[in-house]
Amino acid sequence: MTVIDATGADSPLSLREGEQTLTGWGRTAPSAGIVRRVRTVDDIRAAISDAGPRGILARGLGRSYGDAAQSGGASILDLSAMNRIELDPATGTAHVGAGASLDSVMRALVPHGWFVPVTPGTRMVTVGGAIAADVHGKNHHRDGTFGSHVETMTLVDGRGEVHVIDRESSPEAFWATVGGMGLTGIVTQATFDLIPITSSRISVDTERTSSLDDVMDRMITGDDAYRYSVAWVDSVHPSGRGVLTRGDHASADQLAGKAAQAPLEFEPKVLATAPPIPTNGLVNPLTMRAFNEAWFRKAPKQRTGELQTIAEFFHPLDIVQDWNRVYGPSGFLQYQFAVPDSAGELVGRALTALRGVGALSALTVLKRFGAANPGPLSFPQPGWTLAVDVPAGVDGLGVVLDQLDDEVLAAGGRLYLAKDSRMSPAMMAATYPRLSEWQRHRDALDPQGVFTSDLARRLSL
Amino acid sequence: MMDALGEPQSVLVLGGSSEIALATVLALPRGRLRRVVLAGRPSPARDAAVATLTGAGVSGVEVVDFEAADTATHAQVIDGVFDAGDVDVVLLAFGVLGDQAEAEADPDTAVQIATVNYTGAVSVGLRVASRLRRQGHGTLVVLSSVAGDRARRSNFVYGSTKAGLDAFSQGLGDALHGTGARVLIVRPGFVRTRMTTGLEEAPMTIDPQDVAKIIVTALRKGKETVYAPGPLRFVMAGLKSVPRPLFRKLPI
Repeated sequence: MTVIDATGADSPLSLREGEQTLTGWGRTAPSAGIVRRVRTVDDIRAAISDAGPRGILARGLGRSYGDAAQSGGASILDLSAMNRIELDPATGTAHVGAGASLDSVMRALVPHGWFVPVTPGTRMVTVGGAIAADVHGKNHHRDGTFGSHVETMTLVDGRGEVHVIDRESSPEAFWATVGGMGLTGIVTQATFDLIPITSSRISVDTERTSSLDDVMDRMITGDDAYRYSVAWVDSVHPSGRGVLTRGDHASADQLAGKAAQAPLEFEPKVLATAPPIPTNGLVNPLTMRAFNEAWFRKAPKQRTGELQTIAEFFHPLDIVQDWNRVYGPSGFLQYQFAVPDSAGELVGRALTALRGVGALSALTVLKRFGAANPGPLSFPQPGWTLAVDVPAGVDGLGVVLDQLDDEVLAAGGRLYLAKDSRMSPAMMAATYPRLSEWQRHRDALDPQGVFTSDLARRLSL
Repeated sequence: MMDALGEPQSVLVLGGSSEIALATVLALPRGRLRRVVLAGRPSPARDAAVATLTGAGVSGVEVVDFEAADTATHAQVIDGVFDAGDVDVVLLAFGVLGDQAEAEADPDTAVQIATVNYTGAVSVGLRVASRLRRQGHGTLVVLSSVAGDRARRSNFVYGSTKAGLDAFSQGLGDALHGTGARVLIVRPGFVRTRMTTGLEEAPMTIDPQDVAKIIVTALRKGKETVYAPGPLRFVMAGLKSVPRPLFRKLPI
């Protein structure tokens, strides 16, 4: 093992200790908890034994959109100081503290020629959060979720007992924790596989697509040839035109010029911070129309083999810190569903329905999912997933989303818990049929119900 | 839990047969509502409130006995409701108008009005606030009145209880700032209810359903104080600046 980063220090991303009003990334439905920083497993055990009637929850970087990482009146554990990163080049695995962000993991490991197995659309998630939400990325159709690449993890359960769990010796605890939204215990560290790389660039093929049918056809027939694939869809244009970007890690010999001098360089920058916006006026049909038009126009009609940085390809939004503020005080939500291939037409119907109430989205993302993993609450299932960002203040949004819920349910689909902020408990139970199995495994790890969250209360998990 | 679109799952009504509270429950988005507790005196009015809500398709309606003037019982009532589950919205909606002339003639009557409207509200308000604070979320909606904005010769006993309640609620809201719990103060003008039956209607008179709509919007927007109807804010601001020699001669 090579210790890459063992600062153990509080990061600038640490939460302020004490009573805090917290929300998810969508900045809706706040609740207050008492933030407590923990630095060791013993600190966590002490927090569990001190737990009051409102319980405990770990919070990472707060990128889930709804109420998954908050719990009113509870102790909120901040593990940002548990951020040690170790690399085992012999096995191609990393051994990382749960409070470390994927950003810090990439900064530590990319220069050594290793990449994380899965990255969501932001690097600003912790390893613990990535496991809890069982995050997916542009390579889901090939590589599955983050949890599928975890070999072992250390979990402190509701009695304060420490377990090292893996999928062979403790499959129930392991798969209840992967996608378990932090409700089975506190993950303190995890060992996961890495992707060997020889450059920090992605070789990207970009194509503009003329309609939803067009992009879906191209994804069905062509995605297998690429490790990474995602489509952006114009939510304003009735055709559902969009931009399909697909790629794979470039090898060092594909690089030229300055990039070839330092093929594994990885120094992403934050270029701007969004200011707090006091009104809901910035995101409106006019700006959304302009944004969608510009996003479509800026993409080349067709380009192959373009070399992009990791940040450009995977995390374009991380360039603007706090971009969630542009939605103003009412906040926003992300509606993300997964449906089988047989219900692919729901993608178009959802976009039409949202356009109908003026809920226009800037970042509409369409992706094909590959096989599901054994996690009872893991979201991805084979077929399509669509994610749409919409302002929470739009009139009539609740009714339209409830109708879409019914369609998703009828199609055998489901919503992503890391994004959800408004589905009903009945929708949850009907679309995650293995909920009671998960609850059994959760209860075995946490018989007293110490771990809870606003999401868990809202959905009766 | 309140969701991202401001839809509550649980509501507690203190003053379970209040027409404004009932209209408010009916005006709330109901897609996620699963528990409505009507706390009030056992009465035909409370039974009728249950029937109205149930008939309108509201599920999970419960009743609990509650007597505003009997402050010794408040702790048990409030703890019972909150121990059974989080409460997202509490409507403090009880109160009596009383008769000013009778109150002047019989101070015991005035004391009774003050006990219900002010003392009872302080007692239950603090207990609710403590539970909201503990759960880290939730809104206490207090039905105050424009009568508390400036005492009038014609109903200063009632007005003074609402002035006290309003001041209490403002301070309570500030005390709860940063705790996840909030207070919304609602100052209705003349509302057509049982309480005002037989009285001559004032200008800008509205119905309970109008107040309900204003409350629901204010809840969604996270407001701290609203008038019902909204423009009364300006009327009251004007009235408050009228010099007393002139004010006491006004026919209000």
